[in-house]
Amino acid sequence: MSERALPPVTELGVASMALIVAGGISIAAKLPNDVRLTLPILFLAASSLVMAANLVALSRVEGFNWDAFFDVAKWALVAYAVIAGILEFVFVHDGVRGGVLVVLTLSLVVYAVHVPLLIGFTVARYQ
Amino acid sequence: MLAPMADVALDAPAAAAAAPPRPDFQVVPLRGLPAVAVVLVALVAAIVANKLWALEFFHVAAGGLWTSFDLFLGFVLGPILGRLGIPARVELTTRLMPKLLLIMPTLVTCTLASGWQLGRLLGTIDSSYANHGWIVASYVVVGVMAVIALAVLEPANVAVLIELKKPRPNPEVIGTLMKRFIYTAGITGAMQVTTLVIMTKVATG
Repeated sequence: MSERALPPVTELGVASMALIVAGGISIAAKLPNDVRLTLPILFLAASSLVMAANLVALSRVEGFNWDAFFDVAKWALVAYAVIAGILEFVFVHDGVRGGVLVVLTLSLVVYAVHVPLLIGFTVARYQ
Repeated sequence: MLAPMADVALDAPAAAAAAPPRPDFQVVPLRGLPAVAVVLVALVAAIVANKLWALEFFHVAAGGLWTSFDLFLGFVLGPILGRLGIPARVELTTRLMPKLLLIMPTLVTCTLASGWQLGRLLGTIDSSYANHGWIVASYVVVGVMAVIALAVLEPANVAVLIELKKPRPNPEVIGTLMKRFIYTAGITGAMQVTTLVIMTKVATG
C-alpha cells in the first residue's frame, strides 16, 4: 500500500466532532434554565475552525482522488442531512428558540458536513 | 459498532491473498431504504404526537437494540468470525456490514431523538431533576460513542466495503482500516455497559 503524505484529516475530524459534542452537552446540561452561550459558542467556533482547516489542508493535497471523494461524500451528505434535519425538527418542535437554536443549528451543520467529509476522505485516500 | 470486523483485520492480508470468490453486494442495500424511511417517519410521528408510550417504545426498543448490537457484535460474533475460514469470513462480512450501514444510524437516530423528547415530556432532562448528574453522564457517554462511530468507524466501514467491491481488494488497505475496529471495540463496549448502568438507574429513580 503506497501511503501519500496526507494531512491528519481523521484526527482533526475527531477533534472537531468532540468539540461539537462538548458544546451540545454544555447546552443540554443547563436546560430548561437560561443557558449562557459563551462556552457553547467557543466550542462551535473552535469546531468550525478545525473543520475549515481540514477542508483547506485536504484541498492542497496534490493528486487526491476527488472523483472518488465526491462520489461517496455526496450520498453521505444526503444521509446525514436527513438525520440532522430530524434532530433540528426535534429542537424546533420543543420550542427551542433564539441564540440556543442558532448554536444548535450551526452545530448540526458542522456535523452534517464533517462526517461526509471524513467518509469521502477515508474512501478516496486509498483509491 | 461493527466490532466483529476486528478479528478479520488480524488476518486481512492472508484473506485477500487467498482471493476467495466474493458474493456481489451493494455497499448500501437500496432495498432497505424504504424500511428505514418508514421507521424515521414513524419516529417523527411519535415526536409530533408527544405520547409517552410511543416515545418510550422508540427509546427503549431502539436503544436496547443499539446496545445489544454493539455488545453482541463486539464480544460474541467478532471472536467467532475470527475463527472462521477465510471464504466464510469474507462472505459474512459482505452480507453483514452493508446491512449495518442502514441499521445502526437508524437505531442511533431513533434512540437519541425519542430519548430527548421523552426527557422533555418526563422532565428528566431538566437541570432540577434529582438524577441530573446521571443524565449529564449519559450525554457524555453518548457523545464519546458518537464521535467514535461517526468520525472513526463509519468512514472505515464504508471504505472497507468499497475496497471489497474491487476485483482485487488490497489486503493492506483492509488491514489498516480494520485496526480502527480493534482499537475502539473496548471503548465502545465499556460505554455501552455504562449506558445500561445509567439508564437503569434513571428508570428506577
